[in-house]
Amino acid sequence: MSAVIEGKGGFRAWFNKRLPVDQFIEDQLTGYYAPKNFNVWYFFGSLALLVFVMQIVTGIFVTMHFKPGETTAWNSVQYMVREVPYMWLIQPMHAVGASFFFIVVYLHMARAFLYGSYKAPRELLWVIGMLIYLALMAEAFMGYVLPNGNMSYWGAQVIINLFGTIPGIGPDLVEWIRGDYGIGDATLTRFFSLHVVALPFIIALLVVLHLVALRQVGSNNPDGIEIKAKLGPDGKPLDGIPFHPYYTLKDIVGVGLFLTVFAIVVFFMPTFFGLFMESPNFEPANPVSTPEHIAPVWYFTPYYAILRAVPDQKIGALLMAISVAAFLFVPWLDRAQNKSIRYRGVLSKLLLGMFFVTFLVLMWLGLKPAEGLYVMLARIFTALYFAFFILLPFVSKADGNGPVPERVTYHAH
Amino acid sequence: MRISLYATVLALTFGAGVVSANEGGHVGWQRSADTEIGNLPSLQRGARNFMAYCSGCHSLKFVRYARVCEDLKIAVKQCDDLLVRPGDKAIDYIKASMPAADATEWFGKVPPDLSLVARSRGTDWVFNFLTTFYADPASQKTGVNNLQLPGTAMPHVLSSLQGVQNAVWRNVETKGEGGEAVVAREFEKFEPGVAGSITPAQYDEFARDTVAFLQYAGDPTQLQREGIGIWVILFLLMFSGIAYMLKKEYWKDVR
Repeated sequence: MSAVIEGKGGFRAWFNKRLPVDQFIEDQLTGYYAPKNFNVWYFFGSLALLVFVMQIVTGIFVTMHFKPGETTAWNSVQYMVREVPYMWLIQPMHAVGASFFFIVVYLHMARAFLYGSYKAPRELLWVIGMLIYLALMAEAFMGYVLPNGNMSYWGAQVIINLFGTIPGIGPDLVEWIRGDYGIGDATLTRFFSLHVVALPFIIALLVVLHLVALRQVGSNNPDGIEIKAKLGPDGKPLDGIPFHPYYTLKDIVGVGLFLTVFAIVVFFMPTFFGLFMESPNFEPANPVSTPEHIAPVWYFTPYYAILRAVPDQKIGALLMAISVAAFLFVPWLDRAQNKSIRYRGVLSKLLLGMFFVTFLVLMWLGLKPAEGLYVMLARIFTALYFAFFILLPFVSKADGNGPVPERVTYHAH
Repeated sequence: MRISLYATVLALTFGAGVVSANEGGHVGWQRSADTEIGNLPSLQRGARNFMAYCSGCHSLKFVRYARVCEDLKIAVKQCDDLLVRPGDKAIDYIKASMPAADATEWFGKVPPDLSLVARSRGTDWVFNFLTTFYADPASQKTGVNNLQLPGTAMPHVLSSLQGVQNAVWRNVETKGEGGEAVVAREFEKFEPGVAGSITPAQYDEFARDTVAFLQYAGDPTQLQREGIGIWVILFLLMFSGIAYMLKKEYWKDVR
């Protein structure tokens, strides 16, 4: 620490004695060693942070012009995108940003599955990440309800009523959440408060904890071997490189490409074929006119498909809750010695591949009406979804113990 | 690396996109609106059509006359003379001339605001609604019915232009819920009925222009948006390129 400050007089030393900025930068960036073999999957952590900041900034502007409430919300959104300069850009950025948030978070989670990033000593890092994911789901759901479009209304109806299936307290709980006997003004104003104050705070706090835990245990890598096990004479990991400048520069490339894709969607196809903005939501909420079929936005549909796969709503809701909560236990369900899928057997590869496909198929099924063949498929893939979590302990124990290399795989380029 | 990142993101987004495309099959009367949002003369004609035939009953409550004239490059003089309804100012929102109470009495409901109809229903839906009115004696109030919105409360306001066509039906046997044969009526084709003042092709053009205008009204910024978007994307690509070269330079040290 002293090396940073000594030999420098003047303002910088004065400042650092009072606020350890240089020290912070050294701890977090220049002195933080990350494995040198990160591949494309490692972009999505920094991109998730980027989208979070972008949602906060665009959200600040949307909040300036948005008027929460049953009679004002819809009109204020139309007013801002049509008459407030540049809100035609900022409001869709915020709406489309929600979908991109989930795209990068799902890819970030998929990376953890591929390379066993949740395994010891990173269990808490994973659990905190999952809490972020849960908070994000609540945040996205409430944000979707706020403009009070027709799909907002009916989606909220379905989701809030799920709490009614909880034995005993259910009906009272639903009323307590809505603050009314139906979705009304009280619901919209409290969702606004939670959406712009409470949940962003919670997410920001969890993100800080996620990063603190990451600094503590260090990043995993595609080979799933600990770089701290092989230190050089200077005490630094042989396979590690300082996060800054190497990964800051690399992540900026990722940022540029990500924003390019984001801009293509925002400028040229903001509704993204009705997936990022659903067409019934261009109609104001109407309690007497149900949309043709109610489907949540694509990032919730895997769980929605599981909910609808069960004829009994109570059991469906329970299965849905379990399907989300199951992720929390993955660090302990995976009993392999090796972390990375690269050094696991073919069974593990098949199991994980099946899970990824299952998740995507359920996502597709959740967008479809619950009828005919779709119901049958939803049942089959719901079974496969849970089969993954049930089989994981056995498969990982059986074929996750092959030899691993001493050093990470890296080809200089 | 650059390409694989692109591929991953695009595969994920577009992979999901394919999912929602193509709901339901196309029957004979369902046509694509084929509007051209960049075609200003078409939008201008659409605005004129809307004011002449629709705005009596339907409002565009989020759209101001002045904004329409600015976006569609209609001169101020023309705007005041041809578009702005007498008694309104150019800065006003486009409201329906008919009072809501009268509407409820005449049609049983207030005709909906059309500011966002092209976004909520889609341009094809609106186009097919405008083109598939047919004579239906069973409909006592209006004498017409509609294939896109059966039982619609709206009379065929455009019959002076299109005339009133007749629908030809055929009987189709399908299986009912219990497996028994049920005879259902299926639309086959339209036949000319009462002639209108313009040809069917001209009427399609009329409907297309009107739908294009409603498409503009649903998202008025789209005219400028794509023009700005091109530059944003070009900048971001250039930025990514420079960032990539910088990254490559630094990463030379990593062995």
